[in-house]
Amino acid sequence: MADPIQQPDVDSHSKTAIWNDPTFRSITFQVLAVVVLGWFFYTIFSNTLHNMESRGITTGFAFLDNTSGFGILMSLIEYDETHTYGDTFIVGLLNTLLVSVVGIITATIIGFVMGVARLSKNWLIAKIATVYVESLRNIPLLLQIFFWYALMRTLPPPRGSIQLIQDAVLLNGRGLYMPAPVPADGFGFVNIALLVAVIASIVLVKWTKKRQEATGQLFPAYWTSLGMIVGLPLGVFLIAGMPMSLDYPVLKGFNFVGGMRIIPEFMALWWALSLYTATFIAEIVRAGILAVSHGQTEAAHALGIPNGPTLRLVVIPQAMRVIIPPLTSQYLNLAKNSSLATAIGYPDLVGVFMGTTLNQTGQAVEIVAMTMMVYLVMSLSISALMNWFNKRMAMVER
Amino acid sequence: MNEFKPLPSLPPPASLTGVVGWLHKNLFSTPLYTILTLVVGYLVISSLIPVLDWAIFSANFTGNDRSACESGTGACWAFIGNRINIFAYGSYPAAEYWRLDICFALLVLSFGPQFFDKFPYKMWLGVFSLTGFPVICFYLISGGAFGLESIETGKWGGLALTLMLAYVGIVAALPFGIVLALGRRSEMPVIRTFCIAFIELWRGVPLISVLFMSSVMLPLFLPEGMNFDKLLRALIGITMFQSAYMAEVIRGGLQAIPRGQYEASKALGLSYWKSMGLIILPQALKLVIPGIVNTFIALFKDTTLVLIIGLLDILATVQASITDPEWGSVATEGYVFAALCFWVFCFGMSRYSQSLERKLHTGHKR
Repeated sequence: MADPIQQPDVDSHSKTAIWNDPTFRSITFQVLAVVVLGWFFYTIFSNTLHNMESRGITTGFAFLDNTSGFGILMSLIEYDETHTYGDTFIVGLLNTLLVSVVGIITATIIGFVMGVARLSKNWLIAKIATVYVESLRNIPLLLQIFFWYALMRTLPPPRGSIQLIQDAVLLNGRGLYMPAPVPADGFGFVNIALLVAVIASIVLVKWTKKRQEATGQLFPAYWTSLGMIVGLPLGVFLIAGMPMSLDYPVLKGFNFVGGMRIIPEFMALWWALSLYTATFIAEIVRAGILAVSHGQTEAAHALGIPNGPTLRLVVIPQAMRVIIPPLTSQYLNLAKNSSLATAIGYPDLVGVFMGTTLNQTGQAVEIVAMTMMVYLVMSLSISALMNWFNKRMAMVER
Repeated sequence: MNEFKPLPSLPPPASLTGVVGWLHKNLFSTPLYTILTLVVGYLVISSLIPVLDWAIFSANFTGNDRSACESGTGACWAFIGNRINIFAYGSYPAAEYWRLDICFALLVLSFGPQFFDKFPYKMWLGVFSLTGFPVICFYLISGGAFGLESIETGKWGGLALTLMLAYVGIVAALPFGIVLALGRRSEMPVIRTFCIAFIELWRGVPLISVLFMSSVMLPLFLPEGMNFDKLLRALIGITMFQSAYMAEVIRGGLQAIPRGQYEASKALGLSYWKSMGLIILPQALKLVIPGIVNTFIALFKDTTLVLIIGLLDILATVQASITDPEWGSVATEGYVFAALCFWVFCFGMSRYSQSLERKLHTGHKR
């Protein structure tokens, strides 16, 4: 080739000092990071082993089979002093899950109501919702838990119980007493009926959707399923001769016996968690609804869609897209905040396991690791579930 | 021909203007709203009257022990007045209160002007509040130098401790969060993996377990004989925890900056740190001011958790005072006071962030 233009000598021009070479730099930094971190973790590890040895702390998870020797205020499974530390872990875990699930449900309801109320055209209602959100959101949760707990403790003793429903639902300083349902023979049929109704409803909803997509005909699937889920078990219950009795709480001596009791610690924690988290959910809902452009509503009205279906079919599905991701992190926050239960003595995972069990056995590393693992798994699984749901709701763009 | 003269416009109907119009539009526009307004209004008024009566009209404001409050049915604010020093200073020796007072004053002086647009030298004040202020306060409060009596951290408490925890947490969590966020977007896999692991680990666990960890496990991690102060351990825990949240907020801002900005800064030949510091971060941080301030507010509220590991912040001093038999049942008064303290700071911060957002609103948003 007789090209007169000489190719510049690439090598000699781009020859930079080796410490300015991006690849070299990146590898050096990473190797450095690995070395520093490795040294850091190695030091911690060896220190921990040394310290535990010198303090006579055994390692390993064998302690989980030892008898715990302490009782727990509230337990969803059978538990007393003779059970093992492994059982205390389960009891704490179930209590945490219980208050988280119940709290999430109430917080969602209150939050959605308040979020919509803040956008109400009625001045009074909008202002009340604003005051609620702005005040409770800016007060620490721990303080709110203490406040509700202090309020619970000012309730009268069992003898002077507040009768919410005469002799059936009672409120006093020891908690909320309710009649407990006691299933008799044949109650299993009711459960089977419920299961059948749920399966039938799912099938019905799928069929309705398919038929609507094929023919355009509507079928009131949701009302029918609701009727089935309520009606079928109820019918079976009546046919089977009502195989259930109620166990009423009865005052014996200074306390109530029988029935179902919700401890005040649970109520205080539940209320505080719900009311606090609901303020954040209200803001998320409000932002979500405002994010749906007004043109959408107008277009729906122009098509002759009435107000109700406009909200249900046009505004809410679009608002949900904006609402779901932050809503997920609020649910996670609520689950993690339920660990504040320790402060008022509700026996949650942190309280019974990281508190009492750790104090008794001294096995800090194993117990802290197990507790943190539980919360990590909980967080990661809730966010995985919500990501899946979010993907289903996300906008399908062209 | 007569020239056409339109009649003057009629005024709007009386029911659409003035007080009546406002009432009609905002409270009684439809029958449903009318019923709602009446029911809710009745509920509000009927619950507000006893609350106001308790808090103001039947309340006791002066006195030194429980006898002052036995007469009335209302709130016992005398209790707050009596204990205000403990709530503010904790168990700090009374003779040395002036040291904390100077710190409070410096806090007000270095942050107060930030709320006024016209004030000059705001930037220098900001620099001072991040550098000089913490150093001065540290020496003033802990003593042990310049002829001041040394006061151990166990005696620090009350509102002073709460503010201290929040301040140090905020000042430390922001830069740490920025570094983590940049690391999470780094092209170096080792750094990125480490940052993701760090962020997700701290975000996945409750703060209280972090504090527990810092109080029971940190001593195990350190070489024998070396020990941290309890307050410092709590501070490390809070900072780690909040910087993970901060990192996620800032990552949101970094992602919102269009690719062209990154490419343009590279085309100008800026190094990584220069392009981040001069081009990307100023835009990204501005975008996420609301998120950053929300993290600050969360941090401020989370400082209350230190009472669980035995530090005496304002909530802990209130907790301890209301169980004092010298006063009767004053739990509600104590909690209302503590709530008000927190509310003032948190609400102030959120309002400040809103005004800052409006002021820096220079593009990006339509």
